[in-house]
Amino acid sequence: MLILNCPYCGVDAEESELSAGGEAHLKRFGPGSSDVEFHDYLFMRENPKGVHFERWRHSNGCGKWFHAVRCTQTLEVFGTYSAQTTEPPKELKDAITAKRPGWTWREYE
Amino acid sequence: MSEPISALNHASYDGIAKVRECGLQGMITLRGDLSDKVLAKAVKDATGQKMPGQREALVYGDSGVCWMSTDELLVLVPYAEVEAKLAAMTNALSGTHALAVNVSDARAVFSISGSNAREVLGKLAPVELSAEAFQPGQIRRSRLAQVAGAFWMDDAETFRVVCFRSAADYVFKLLKVAAQPGSEVGVY
Repeated sequence: MLILNCPYCGVDAEESELSAGGEAHLKRFGPGSSDVEFHDYLFMRENPKGVHFERWRHSNGCGKWFHAVRCTQTLEVFGTYSAQTTEPPKELKDAITAKRPGWTWREYE
Repeated sequence: MSEPISALNHASYDGIAKVRECGLQGMITLRGDLSDKVLAKAVKDATGQKMPGQREALVYGDSGVCWMSTDELLVLVPYAEVEAKLAAMTNALSGTHALAVNVSDARAVFSISGSNAREVLGKLAPVELSAEAFQPGQIRRSRLAQVAGAFWMDDAETFRVVCFRSAADYVFKLLKVAAQPGSEVGVY
């Protein structure tokens, strides 16, 4: 069973209280961007074996979106953090590095 | 105007705990910046309560305030006073980026009382309900089987459960099944 800590209401929410929202930190390119960039934004997703960044919503709870980092291989949860950010907090990246040295995910490492 | 009637009109059930539909309860959903002093004063004027902290429920009888999320409060007032309180609140918040809406008739309220009340609710919600983890003064928004619901405790043996009025019949049936005689699990 997956349990994620909601950073907004502080609850350790069980999976059935949450809704999955797909990959985190997708970057949408604005006016004037190329077709390739828009194609990648729409369709290209990470499919890592290991560290993965996701969006979740505490739908049967406070209703807020947040980010979570998990390992796709062991289902270990590294942590959750606010959605009001464009990249993962440094402490969390350090914590992942401590457990999975040399990890990379898109431009983060 | 016709007489307002609550979803199940005070239906009740006696099992390992007593389940009762509480009748009409005035409720105002208030959204805005919870650190705003104007908003805190509007809440104080309506309920006499201070601004609740994270997951706090400051409820006495049918009046109080509950923390619903980082920018949302549930303000409880007596049903008969809800229009007047809402008007006063809207007036007080006129210069603030906030929204107050009367949701009284969109909700149903149940009480679960008795020494097995924790058992009954624990079967329906994925929430740690032991006496150490959940106490009067806290609110938890979660799900009751398949529908959304929120609950807090009036005292050590009484829960108050809020759900959508459209799901009132479903929730009452759930609570009845969970409170069947002989169905104590003995966890809490």
